[in-house]
Amino acid sequence: MIKALRTVGCYVVLMKRAFARPERMHMFFKQYIKEIEQLGINSIGIVLLISFFIGAVITIQIKLNIESPWMPRWTVGYVTREILLLEFSSSIMCLILAGKVGSNIASELGTMRVTQQIDALEIMGVNSANYLILPKITALVTAIPVLVTFSIFAGIIGAFATCWFGGIMTATDLEYGLQFTFVEWFVWCGIIKSLFFAFIIASVSAFFGYSVEGGSIEVGKASTDAVVSSSVLILFADLILTQLLMG
Amino acid sequence: MIEIKNLYKSFDDKEVLKGINATFENGKTNLIIGQSGSGKTVFMKCIVGLLQPTKGEILYDERNFLNMGKNEKKLLRREMGMIFQSAALFDSMSVLENVMFPLNMFSKDTLRDRQRRALFCLDRVKLSDASNKFPGEISGGMQKRVAIARAIALQPQYLFCDEPNSGLDPKTSLVIDELIQDITREYNMTTIINTHDMNSVMGIGEKIIFIYEGHKEWEGSKDDIFTSPNSKLNNFVFASDLFQKVKEAEVQNLEG
Repeated sequence: MIKALRTVGCYVVLMKRAFARPERMHMFFKQYIKEIEQLGINSIGIVLLISFFIGAVITIQIKLNIESPWMPRWTVGYVTREILLLEFSSSIMCLILAGKVGSNIASELGTMRVTQQIDALEIMGVNSANYLILPKITALVTAIPVLVTFSIFAGIIGAFATCWFGGIMTATDLEYGLQFTFVEWFVWCGIIKSLFFAFIIASVSAFFGYSVEGGSIEVGKASTDAVVSSSVLILFADLILTQLLMG
Repeated sequence: MIEIKNLYKSFDDKEVLKGINATFENGKTNLIIGQSGSGKTVFMKCIVGLLQPTKGEILYDERNFLNMGKNEKKLLRREMGMIFQSAALFDSMSVLENVMFPLNMFSKDTLRDRQRRALFCLDRVKLSDASNKFPGEISGGMQKRVAIARAIALQPQYLFCDEPNSGLDPKTSLVIDELIQDITREYNMTTIINTHDMNSVMGIGEKIIFIYEGHKEWEGSKDDIFTSPNSKLNNFVFASDLFQKVKEAEVQNLEG
């Protein structure tokens, strides 16, 4: 219990240091653009790929499992849309990104720590937490809503692909279901949740990476801890945010 | 000049530094020597502020480092340069960007002037040709030279070197030692080198502090080492046959 409280305390202190005013704004923006590319743009491929296939699989599963003469034909499209908007493209995609981006952040900062690059920044009088962590958090918070939007579209294209190439149902029925009682707020819910998840992924992973002590084994452990902790916190946050936004 | 007064550092119950007093003069290469685990790295980390001492005073030209506020410390740090054991270059930046980094962060000069200064520093360590390479593409010796160039980019008053010859061949070590000594004299800096390389001790040891089990055991110049009766120092410095022979020859020379 004391260890957990100490960890939370250290996390808060690190975030306080990270959220200071940058020494040089042009250096901050340079880092920010670099992180947008590294954390956001480089994740587009995996987001599109996973979302496309999951969108397709959701459509097939719903079609096969709830097909009934009593069930309207638009149900498949409707349920697929709700799953994509409300949970998959925001929460599940962020869990996947916690694995990719979280381990990337933790291992990068952990390696910088064990190779004394962070010490070198401190000796120069640079606020290393601010210089290294703040651009990562802001970049991921900026990039995630875009990734979530891409994920929704890729999932819907995947759903249509099952109609066009698999022929499991007509595209017209799917399209009708996708548009049936559409609530715009659900899109915003997904985006709002993803902003919180982005903060969790970037800050928790940065904390584990930045706090590494030791060598390569500890960097590997920090990377695993970052992914596990981020994932658990995303699930908790999802529960609370869903209740707050939808309740 | 850096003065250390009665410096203590403990980790939990273990006392690593036990009341060290030392003075490091400017324009001189001050060496800290000692066995592995003697506390010399902890000593240097306390001096530069990477570790908080348990007790004592650290005076940078009569400015007490431990009593300074956050901003004062930050300003003082800009007068420091440090060369790490692993060189600690930023992997994602080219050699030129590494040297330009402290200038980009703190200098108000124009981009052209910053580039000119960085190229001058690289030229000073004879690495102008490698400016566009990345740290992973150059040798260990070259990385150390880039680290020296980065450390002197802001013309620091104090230079700290943590085992600068670690992992280098004797010839490259000699080049690094000479470079550090030349730069120390050129900029009249206070240089502190943490080492257990006896070639460095014999080559550039203008002032040497021998740390043994967390306390200062001996202090003197490289010439004093040959005549010192301190058995712990002799056991450490002249542990190898080669340096034993060097000592015998030197003592004969002094007697003759």
